[in-house]
Amino acid sequence: MLKDITLGQYFPGNSVIHRLDPRTKLVMLVVYIVALFLASGPASYGLMLAFLLTCIGVSGVPGKAFLRGMKPLVFILIFTGILNLFFTQGETVLVSFWIITITLEGVVRSVYMMARILMLIAGTFLLTYTTSPIALTDGLESLLNPLKKIKVPVHELAMMMCIALRFIPTLIEETDKIMSAQKARGADFETGKLMDRVRALVPILVPLFISAFRRADELATAMECRCYHGGDGRTKMKLLRYKRRDFCAYGIGILLLLAVILLTRFGL
Amino acid sequence: MSPILEIQKLTHIYSAGTPFEHTALEDVSFSVERGEFIGIIGHTGSGKSTLMQHLNGLLKPTSGKVLLDGADIWSDKKLTRQARFRVGLVFQYPEYQLFEETVYKDIAFGPKNMGLSREEIDRRVREAASFVGLTDSQLEASPFDLSGGQKRRVAIAGVIAMEPEVLILDEPTAGLDPAGRAEILRNIESYRQAKNATIMMVSHSMNDVALLTDRLLVMNGAHLAMDGTPNEVFTHAWDLVDMGLDIPEVTRVFLELRKLDVALPPVYTMEQAIDALKGGIAGA
Repeated sequence: MLKDITLGQYFPGNSVIHRLDPRTKLVMLVVYIVALFLASGPASYGLMLAFLLTCIGVSGVPGKAFLRGMKPLVFILIFTGILNLFFTQGETVLVSFWIITITLEGVVRSVYMMARILMLIAGTFLLTYTTSPIALTDGLESLLNPLKKIKVPVHELAMMMCIALRFIPTLIEETDKIMSAQKARGADFETGKLMDRVRALVPILVPLFISAFRRADELATAMECRCYHGGDGRTKMKLLRYKRRDFCAYGIGILLLLAVILLTRFGL
Repeated sequence: MSPILEIQKLTHIYSAGTPFEHTALEDVSFSVERGEFIGIIGHTGSGKSTLMQHLNGLLKPTSGKVLLDGADIWSDKKLTRQARFRVGLVFQYPEYQLFEETVYKDIAFGPKNMGLSREEIDRRVREAASFVGLTDSQLEASPFDLSGGQKRRVAIAGVIAMEPEVLILDEPTAGLDPAGRAEILRNIESYRQAKNATIMMVSHSMNDVALLTDRLLVMNGAHLAMDGTPNEVFTHAWDLVDMGLDIPEVTRVFLELRKLDVALPPVYTMEQAIDALKGGIAGA
């Protein structure tokens, strides 16, 4: 049940997208999101969709993984759809009764909004599915490096993110174990009133927090034993270097952005 | 008397129908009598933990049945819940599940979930505490102020306080020093004798199981590979070694000697070894 969470899951592979520099992928994701929000007509949305599907196809990540990841977001999606459906003013009224009016503009808009959210999430998933957490933090650290000039602890932030990602599966496993142990002592998480259920979480959360702190403590000691003292003077085994494919990717990104801007200019 | 637990053709498949499908137990059958002390051995991934979690209804069998006192624990919701209390399960490193402010409250968690009266809870907590050798002043302490061995005993007391007819323990002595190990094994044995309870203990210490148990279940690759008295099981000592398991040190020494044509009986405890050697000397 808890194991179904796919957040930040990495699908190892050897596609072009897997091999791209993480910085390229991060920047491309930003470009993609900007383009997605600029798009406004069927042609520009179609272009974005085609781009997304091509990337997913090239990456070789199974489509099922994307669908599975969308599951927790179904509620937000439906909510957005309904809001846009009912609260968009328009001229062509399709249905009208009591205080509810559905206009053609509303339908179109809600479809676009849902498509936008779906494509936004799918794009983000593509990044996390094709980039290992370590590569991702490395890329992020390198991109944010200029902020060091204004005393932002970039390295520390990247390290924190890396550790957090690393420990998600561990904590999920731990939660499973603690739940079983408390169930064996007759704890009941499934029935009862809301307050009872909230109270039933205490026997899980307390041991979970304690073990998280214990792990953090042990990890800190282990890191210090290996002479970790922050980012200063630390060298890297895998240096990030742009290759030809990265420049190609940036080129494609610029073209995509330009195409979307042009298409929306002409109202497509 | 009918057996307290009966396991019939138990099979469990994790994530059935997905690419991650994995058969953890296949066609396992055995029955357990009241008052038995059973050792479960098997290397990591042989299905021991999965088996244990079936016995008190934490996991639902993919196929097969678990009968508690003759009744299928999955035939009725009430029976499933009862199985949680009648079959007590102590997980590995149970001290990591402690959560209450005081030792007393933590031990009382199980009995409270059973819906017992306050007097009965109090009686059970004190009795469970005495089984594991906790003093009254320790009962009012925070469980997080205790030593590792003491925490472990508090956690075991938390299960004992439900007065289960079958007490299952997953490596109760893992990570403890020799004195702590002996203490916990003594506590378990005294609970068995006081309540005529059945004990099932998973252990990697062959010396412990050889000394304490009167029956051994050997798990190998999701199957029940052997079921018999320690004497019977350790007669097949080389099969155990083939399964990647240890055998008691004294058994190994005697087996090596037998290979050299020294006439010695198979043994598995130090006492037997001494008797055998004395007999051998007397005979010569």
